[in-house]
Amino acid sequence: MNPEQLLFAKTHEWIAVAEEDGTKIATLGLSAFAIEALTDLVYIDLPAVGRKVEAEQPFCEVESVKAVSDIYAPVEGEVIAVNDALPNALETLGDDPYDAGWIAKIKITDEAGLNNLLDHAAYQKQCNEEAH
Amino acid sequence: MSDNSTPAKTPLYDWHADNGGRMVDFAGWLMPVQYRSIVEEHQATRNAVGLFDISHMGRLLIDGPDAASFLDSLLTRSVVDMKPHQIRYSLVCNEQGGILDDVLTYRVVLDADQSSGFGLVVNASNREKIVAWLQSQVADRSVEIRDVTTEYAMIALQGPKAIELLDPLTPFELTSMRYYTGQLMEFDGAECFVSRTGYTGEDGCEIICEADKIVGIWQRLIDEAHKIGGSAVGLAARDTLRLEAGMPLYGHELSESINPVEAGLDFAINLQNRDFVGKDALVEFRKKGQSRVRVGLQLEDRRVPREGCRLLRGDSEIGVVTSGTFSPTFERPIAMGYVKDTVAAPGTTLTVDIRGKEHSATVVPLPFYERGK
Repeated sequence: MNPEQLLFAKTHEWIAVAEEDGTKIATLGLSAFAIEALTDLVYIDLPAVGRKVEAEQPFCEVESVKAVSDIYAPVEGEVIAVNDALPNALETLGDDPYDAGWIAKIKITDEAGLNNLLDHAAYQKQCNEEAH
Repeated sequence: MSDNSTPAKTPLYDWHADNGGRMVDFAGWLMPVQYRSIVEEHQATRNAVGLFDISHMGRLLIDGPDAASFLDSLLTRSVVDMKPHQIRYSLVCNEQGGILDDVLTYRVVLDADQSSGFGLVVNASNREKIVAWLQSQVADRSVEIRDVTTEYAMIALQGPKAIELLDPLTPFELTSMRYYTGQLMEFDGAECFVSRTGYTGEDGCEIICEADKIVGIWQRLIDEAHKIGGSAVGLAARDTLRLEAGMPLYGHELSESINPVEAGLDFAINLQNRDFVGKDALVEFRKKGQSRVRVGLQLEDRRVPREGCRLLRGDSEIGVVTSGTFSPTFERPIAMGYVKDTVAAPGTTLTVDIRGKEHSATVVPLPFYERGK
């Protein structure tokens, strides 16, 4: 996916929203900026399929040599799929963050959270500020 | 450095910033946490040579007729019997035996007539505290205490190729320099104090020189290091390296509420025929035995225990993690912590609470990593 067409959370998740059979599905991953900042990933704790998530609440974790970081759900919903290939191929998160590096799909039950997300330009601005 | 002041910059700050260093505030100093992958920097040090800016460490000069007896009255190891060029690791304790800092004492020889004072290298986070503590203990002794931290810079070269890198560049034959000794020598037109010391578990040197001379020396060493697979290394890999080497870090394994006996630092305690602040407490600690001890922990899965994680045996809490990381050398999580003496034997299985989930850990002997001799 082209990152310029994605939405981003202030907590560095990217989100692509698609409609399937009348329900909205959010596919989520971590931004290239976030992966670059974390470096040396060693573990990802994927959420269970079926898990209910709340907007702006952590629902899984990624561990690097340096620290553990929460991954936040952008919207309220239910996890309907996770990328099972990731735990044994963490390099995918950095190599292809916006396609093969997707982490989870969430069936959205309340869209309100989407309003708090940033477009690519606004997210880039935030990253530039954080980098300094 | 106080928390609310602007962080200080070492003389190598611009070099770090220009070479990809991610600068963070560490103990009041803007320091590079990493330049690239932490694992790559770690491996460069284990396999070749890593260069570290450690100018943030506090450097004190203690001089005057009573300098030796003064330091001897404050350090857990003897100072009065130190020979010229010798360096010793020891602890500074309070009356209760709590650790105020862990320090290196250098018997420095500044000129040909062998007149000498002492150098102390202290933790950056403890520098102001230790200077104040030393000053408060002078009483009527004839001692001069100077904090020369910002007048000098300090770097470390660590790794199996460190000595072979530096040796041809200096007039002194470094291969004959014994570990834990140091020597003044000219290097690149600057007067440098080179010592065979370090904090990574590797062979290597540390170099102290005047602040305005360090950038040239550093760049020359970096250029040489790049030719043999070495590189600059930040604080993050310095931490993974020292953790693998089982070395304690003040603020984690050491603090005022921890004593040297439970920290497993008996080698740094010298009680015979001398007196120093905290001695009575240490004698008592040794006599009584310790209810908690510092141990190494090894985990099987990939979740990393971090500082503050609780250690359990069955349902009862028996200790706490003080440092943890994912070991680049062993490719598994390792940690240090304090546990009750009854569960401290190597091979004992414990449980670590990592963010609410229980993971199995095994007590293992320290250090995790020991270089080939």
